[in-house]
Amino acid sequence: MDEKKAINRLSFGERMKNYKRNPFSLFLAALVVLSAVITLAVLAALLLYILAKGIPNLKPELFEWEYNTTNVSMMPAIINTLTITVMTLLLAVPAGIFAAIYLVEYAKRGNQFVPVVRMTTETLSGIPSIVFGLFGYLFFNIYLGWGYSILGGALTLAIMVLPLIMRTTEEALRSVPDSFREGSFGLGAGKLRTVFQVVLPSAVPGILAGVILAVGRIVGETAALLYPAGTAAEVADGFFSSGRTLAVHMYALLNEGLYMEQAYATAVILLVMVVGINALSAFIAKKAGVK
Amino acid sequence: MKEKVMKWVFLAAAALSILAVALICLFLFANGIPAIAEIGAFDFLLGQKWKPSNDIYGIFPMIVGSIYVTAGAILIGVPLGILCAVFLAWFCPKKLYKIIKPAIELLAGIPSIVYGFFGLVVLVPIMQDIFGGSGKGVLTASILLGIMILPTIIGVSESNIRAVPMSYYEGSLGLGATHERSVFFAVLPAAKQGIFAGVILGIGRAIGETMAVIMVAGNQAIIPGSIFSGVRTMTANIVMEMGYAADLHREALLATAVVLFVFILIINLCFSMLKRRAD
Repeated sequence: MDEKKAINRLSFGERMKNYKRNPFSLFLAALVVLSAVITLAVLAALLLYILAKGIPNLKPELFEWEYNTTNVSMMPAIINTLTITVMTLLLAVPAGIFAAIYLVEYAKRGNQFVPVVRMTTETLSGIPSIVFGLFGYLFFNIYLGWGYSILGGALTLAIMVLPLIMRTTEEALRSVPDSFREGSFGLGAGKLRTVFQVVLPSAVPGILAGVILAVGRIVGETAALLYPAGTAAEVADGFFSSGRTLAVHMYALLNEGLYMEQAYATAVILLVMVVGINALSAFIAKKAGVK
Repeated sequence: MKEKVMKWVFLAAAALSILAVALICLFLFANGIPAIAEIGAFDFLLGQKWKPSNDIYGIFPMIVGSIYVTAGAILIGVPLGILCAVFLAWFCPKKLYKIIKPAIELLAGIPSIVYGFFGLVVLVPIMQDIFGGSGKGVLTASILLGIMILPTIIGVSESNIRAVPMSYYEGSLGLGATHERSVFFAVLPAAKQGIFAGVILGIGRAIGETMAVIMVAGNQAIIPGSIFSGVRTMTANIVMEMGYAADLHREALLATAVVLFVFILIINLCFSMLKRRAD
């Protein structure tokens, strides 16, 4: 950015003179600024509207332990969200990290297997969440006979966030300088030891940023959970019972159409969680120096 | 020994994504194709009527609906997104950039159900006031989806605009063009292919979006007559009826997902081909 400025530094007066001579340039500049303003205005409108309407509806009884039709408490949904998030991460994070380790540290140049993995991961990351949801339903609920279960939901989400974790881990591993590996080999460490004690620790911040981004997607996901995990409004009492997360809870409230105020309140909690998670991820990524 | 075992573990983990895609294809196709065969591929894909109560399953209105809404989202989101990316890459002061960039990334993080809710309580009433009617329809859904694909378009466009060598800009300046003309007529065309890949990515997002669209599209299973009439996308068709569907009806919904999946696969293929060429 600075470099660009240095090339074409103009004073305000010079710029105005340019615009006078060349009104089309002024038009282009105005167009560009206007579109940025529109984008930011939309974001501001969304945040402000939901916060302004939602915060007055955040009543203490919405955080009671029991859900019933007179008090559609979101507490069970919050607990289910936490459970499903933890389960999904336990499944997806090791798998994603191991897969990335294979791609970066083990696969040799010209390996026939790597392009196939890349193609399928790319395909996975393009599949809409509703398709994941239907697959989870067909496979876990029906084929394996689990019925609506949070385990099926977590597995479905794990498949969904796997490409994200693989990609961020891959980037983080690649940003570890080769001299680290060479140094470790030089000291007599084996491949495995080098990976786990030298490469992986230096890649942790980058991996963590990706994991937190995945948490954001899990928390905000609705369509992929609707069918595998179902919409039971109580706290799930085991891996094989149904439970709704906060996002699904919000969908259910809107679908019933009777609980607009509670939906506003849920939107606030959801928004605050997701904004916080994203900010945390950006912060860690910045610390890690990855883009 | 341990080295060998772990190598196989890593290999197995890498193979998981292949397994996942294979399973998804297998289960979706195995459950959807028989229904298409039973209804008849022609009647199913090009049938104009969707009447589950009479066992008539034609998803043509939903295919058209998905295409309309996606096209609308592209018309709204792409120009706005590209201009915004130009702003970020070439017009934005550095201090402002530090605020705007995270804000736009935040747009990507907002859950689709929250977008849908925003559309329902803000966008729909506004459309009602301006154009009358229910306020739900092609235009409303297009605007909402256009907003939702903005972060994708902006992100991909910005990185591609930044990747254009400085010499393009400098050369244009040297020939006497203004800053704006240089950016628009020398830098931007050079980033064209990468930006186009971003647009394809946006199309994939828009066509697969479910929870936001269902709130603002009206969801009538007919081919929309105007941009204000209600529309049902393929994704909405699935979510609307999956809860109570049985037998052939349920299979017809799964077959809808198969059609959607094929659309997505084609879009993905276009994207990876374009990306490879842009690189």
